[in-house]
This record gives sequence, C-alpha cells and structure tokens, in this order.
Amino acid sequence: MNPQYPNIPESAVRFTEVLQGGATWSHILKRNTALKLTNLQSNANVSLLAFNFELLCERLNLPDTLKAQHTSKITAGHCLYSDMGRILLSVIYDSVGWHDPLCGPSTPETIHAAFGSKNFYQARNAFHRNGRENFLIELGKYGLGEPDLVMCLNLFSKVVPTETGQLTFYPNSSPPNSSVILRSEMNTLVILSATPHPLEPPGTYNPSPIELVVFTTPPPAADDLCRISCPENQRGFQLTERYFL
Amino acid sequence: MTTSNLDPATAIYNETILPGDGWMREIPKNHIFRITDLEGNQAVDTLFFNAFDPDDHYCPQQTIRSQKNSFLTTGSRLLSIRGTHLLTIIADTCGRHDTLGGACAAESNMVRYALQKRHMHNCRDTFLLQIARFGRGFTKRHITNNINFFMNVPLTSEGGLTFADGISAPGKYVELRAECDVICLISNCAQLNNPCNAYNPTPVQVTIWPPIS
Repeated sequence: MNPQYPNIPESAVRFTEVLQGGATWSHILKRNTALKLTNLQSNANVSLLAFNFELLCERLNLPDTLKAQHTSKITAGHCLYSDMGRILLSVIYDSVGWHDPLCGPSTPETIHAAFGSKNFYQARNAFHRNGRENFLIELGKYGLGEPDLVMCLNLFSKVVPTETGQLTFYPNSSPPNSSVILRSEMNTLVILSATPHPLEPPGTYNPSPIELVVFTTPPPAADDLCRISCPENQRGFQLTERYFL
Repeated sequence: MTTSNLDPATAIYNETILPGDGWMREIPKNHIFRITDLEGNQAVDTLFFNAFDPDDHYCPQQTIRSQKNSFLTTGSRLLSIRGTHLLTIIADTCGRHDTLGGACAAESNMVRYALQKRHMHNCRDTFLLQIARFGRGFTKRHITNNINFFMNVPLTSEGGLTFADGISAPGKYVELRAECDVICLISNCAQLNNPCNAYNPTPVQVTIWPPIS
C-alpha cells in the first residue's frame, strides 16, 4: 500500500460524484489524474473496462496484465495493461487486497437467476440492471460495441481459484468504506458498471453505491510502488512514457 | 480424459498448421473439429466467432464463470459474449486447456521479457494477417480474449499465476462439436521465450468430420 493514501489533499480534487448502485459511468481519466472508488455499503461490485481514448482499439488486456505480473488477482502495486504493452491504469492504493479479473460482468441471465427481474416500469430507477448491458450502453456512447466487450475487472469482488481451477466467490469481501485508487498513466477511457458480481448468491438486488473522486497526481516517481513492483512493470512504464515522447 | 472413436479416414478436412502460421475457416453446425498436438507441448491460440454475426465472439469469462472452473476440458461449453453456445468439448486426451493466458504479441513480449524482443514472431501478428486475408469485416477489434489449447497455466489460491511446463504430449488431441456455424481463427504459437511450447514450436493438425448421424 502507498502510505500517502487514501487521504487526498483537497486542492488536488477535481470532482466528486456518487455512482448509484446498478448504474453506469464513464470518464476520460487524463494522464496524471487518478480515480478513487469507495464502496458506501456492502454488496459492492464495480465492473471495469478501460481504453486508450486516443486509439480506442487499444484496450484493457487482462490476460497480458495477469501473465506479465504472474497474478490471478489485482491489488495495490499492479498495473492494468493494454494489448499494446502500455499501462492504462495502475493500482496505487487498495484497502481490499483482492479484485477479481476472472469472472466478467453480470448478464441479464445471472441477474434474473440471483435476484429475479424488475424492469423500469415496475421499479423505476431501482430496476435490475446488469453489467453486460450497462457496458453496451456506455460503450455505444464512444462508437464502441460488442467486439470491444473484452474481459473486465470486477473491483471489490473476490473469487479464489483452486489448483484444479474450481472458482469460489467470497460474498462481501469488501467491508463498507473500502477503497481502491486507480492512477491513469495515459488518457484512459474508464467505463464502470456498479452492478452485482455474476457469482453473487441469490438475495435482494441491492448493489452498493460507489463514491468516485477524481484528483490530480504527480507523475510516477522512479521509486513508484507500481513501477518497482516487478521488472515487467518497469518496462511497461518505459513503453508508456515513450508513447508520449 | 476422454477419447474419441472417430476414424480419421472419414474426415472431410485435414490440414497441418506449422508453428508460426495461422488458420481461419468456417466450421458448420454439428461438425466435429479436432486439434491434434502432433509433437507435444504446443500452444494453439484459438478464437471462435458466431459465423452468423462475428461480433458475437467467444468469451473466456462467460465460459469459466458459468462452469465455475478456470480450465477447459471435456464437457466445457464454450460461450460467446451474448451467451451463445458456440461449441462443446466432447473429447480431450490432454486434460485441461487454458483460457486466461491470452495470446502473445510483440508489445507484450517487450513488457514480459525485454524491449529487444519486438521483432520476434507472435500470435497477434498471425491473427492480424489471418483476418486481413479472410476479409468479411474482421478488424483488430475482433481479436478478443482467446483459448490456448494444450497450454498449462496453473493458478493458486493465493492469487498466483504461472506459465508452467506443458502437460500435453505427442498425439494428444481435443475435439469439439460446433453448436452453431462458427468461424475459427488459430495461431499456432511461435513463442520462444517461455515453456508454453517447450521452447520448440511444432506443427499441429486440424481435422473436421461431418455431423454424426
């Protein structure tokens, strides 16, 4: 963890917003800014996609991310790589310890199976939205669509694999007021969906609202937590910095 | 482990893919598709698309989440981003296959090994060349997250992931039934920097049988 965080100097804050549970959000997170996400209640899950805003066919590549850092979870010190060997986002603080890169967004089918269906006519804005369709809506605003629905990261959720590959979901792995900070290393289009994890057990549809804080950060230093966490990331930062030369 | 009793003499298509080469072809519904690891420990990077609409592409997360297991083997239903059931693995003499390790690329090789690795041949280059030849509107955006047949990528309960020595051997195969008309895109991996091909990329064979009546 980075001792500087989670406190953010007030002068660095650019804006704050609450992403309502079930809703979707996107922002072009500029280089040298960061996004802090805090879950305001239990049952939190935020599905995340990321793209290079200047070259939208360059996008989050979780296989490259996992194999470069020899990990099947995401936490502080990890970088989120694009398919072009560059770092879109780096995790500079995390009070959770495990974010799930394996299971993908919820779908109409997983939501119906776990919570039943409620449409807008029945429930107004408390209707049961799902990650995949939220992504399609938000992607569409940038001219993107199904081919761009690549593997997503599920923030605040923990799914543990065994050696035989069995996947176990840990409910409520993030206590309320857990937070994670993603620093943008490029001008990164970040797409979020605050919808349940697809393996969340049956119950009441009540995804947590998420507090979002966008703030400015200094460029990653030579001894930056994410840069020095492995030699692969040192090269990743080098390639990302070259892009701006 | 599940073996198949299909006779290669009754196949309607048979082709060898050299390491570093690619292959892209439509496989009609109910046809049986076998990939054979001819010399052992060869990673076969594979993407599937719904032939009716290639935007409906194979999705590792949908597939492993619905079977609650990260490895593919006999009985695995390969699902698309829309939830379309594209293919089913009906025989497998290797035991498990990876779908989280992705495909190698010049750029990811630079990150993983050294900046001087840019020139080395890789799966993403093979994919790009195959789709350029195939046409039909395929672009880089369609190169989504793939399967690595015969590749061994163990996970740990502590959150680790490694590229380990292969568990495949000469002649091992995986056999799939197409559940709808699919387009298959293969790169027979040229990676020389890790043990996914035992540091010695070798040919694989693809075989197609008509529907079993």
